[in-house]
Amino acid sequence: MDNRLGTSTLTFSKGPRITSRYTLVGPMEGKGPHALDFHEILSDDSLGQKTAEKTERLMLELAITKTLEQHGTRIKDVQFLIAGDLLNQITTSNLAASTHTAPFIGIYGACSTFAEALGLGAVLLQGGFANQVLIGTASHYQTAERQFRYPIELNVQHLSTNQVTVTGAAAAILSFAERGPRITHATFGSVVDMGLKDPHDMGSAMAPAAFQTIQQHLADTQRTLADYDIVITGDLGKQGSKMLRLLLEREGCSGLERLQDGGSQIFGDWQSVGSGGSGAACIAVMTLGYVLNCLESAKAKRVLVVATGALLSALTVLQGESIPCIAHAIALEQ
Amino acid sequence: MQYLIAFLVGGVICALAQLVFDTVKCSSAHVLVGLVCLGAVLNGLGLYEPFQEFAGAGALVPVLGFGSSITTGMISEVKRLGWEGLFTGAFEITGLGLAAAVVFSSILALLSKPHK
Repeated sequence: MDNRLGTSTLTFSKGPRITSRYTLVGPMEGKGPHALDFHEILSDDSLGQKTAEKTERLMLELAITKTLEQHGTRIKDVQFLIAGDLLNQITTSNLAASTHTAPFIGIYGACSTFAEALGLGAVLLQGGFANQVLIGTASHYQTAERQFRYPIELNVQHLSTNQVTVTGAAAAILSFAERGPRITHATFGSVVDMGLKDPHDMGSAMAPAAFQTIQQHLADTQRTLADYDIVITGDLGKQGSKMLRLLLEREGCSGLERLQDGGSQIFGDWQSVGSGGSGAACIAVMTLGYVLNCLESAKAKRVLVVATGALLSALTVLQGESIPCIAHAIALEQ
Repeated sequence: MQYLIAFLVGGVICALAQLVFDTVKCSSAHVLVGLVCLGAVLNGLGLYEPFQEFAGAGALVPVLGFGSSITTGMISEVKRLGWEGLFTGAFEITGLGLAAAVVFSSILALLSKPHK
């Protein structure tokens, strides 16, 4: 248990790094305030595919291929591919993985999938089970809307607490190469269920999970929020971020000005997206785009990424079940 | 003047329905069915006909009017046939609209390719 701090934080002494990354987003995300942080902005959200599901798969494949290219690595030199998405049976990842030969670990953590992949990848590297791990996630507005809410054609109006699923994909290679930010800690959260049942306000449901994981991480590492230049949650949206602030304030936490939220920031206020963005791609493109740019340009030295996920299914919502939520925290350093 | 009243009344009905949709946690289907039921009940109580005379198309075109037609058909059929009218009457007037919807959507489904 040498690689543990406190009750549930892992430390990575060997210094696994994010050594290559690629983010691509849809046209709407490309008009948002972080447009310049992304590697590629798609001119249309179909990529010429017949279905949105095919587009989502293609986006993930593109992100994976481009990441490999940038790293100058071939897929056969990667020991693991870890990927996940929002669709039933993580079909996007399964289909994308079927075109690659790397051993595949499919994961589901809803919108927290990216941090889960990042943490697991670092564990595999630290444990000596791999020296190159490829991770990736994708989501698409239309596929998620259809699965979790209503058919697009029904044109149901969004509420102010609704979040818009981000169309995009992101992939990264984790290895021991010399460049890129180090993954220093991972705190895997436990499932928190406060009994909230409203699928149109997932930010409020996820905020307590983010709160618990942040507290756990800070207690384990004996740090405060002020030890990080950026603490970015994803994707609580405006509604959930407000709640997280309240919870942290009540506990007397300092350094709240370091808090940011991927979902609240990816779209601009002028884009009328309710509470903000969400989806497996949201915190992934925000981390691999915006956050890593901050680390590389020395705008930030140490960052905590707290990815949150609402672990509901369309069926459990109809059956009146509450929404179990989770948050995983990953600490990154320049 | 008649057009203006129809326009305003129809608009107010839709605005009220939108308010319900925005403030109460329900789906668009709930609002739709709710309005049909409301129209049927109002007509049963004899309140919808005077309203319809006043507002014309403004009362007839929103789905409230559809609900009231169900009751109108039922009442006339019950008078003609007795209790069986409860079953035959519902579609007496509304049948036209329903059948047209089925026929035209079938034709369109044959002619066009559904979105995947």
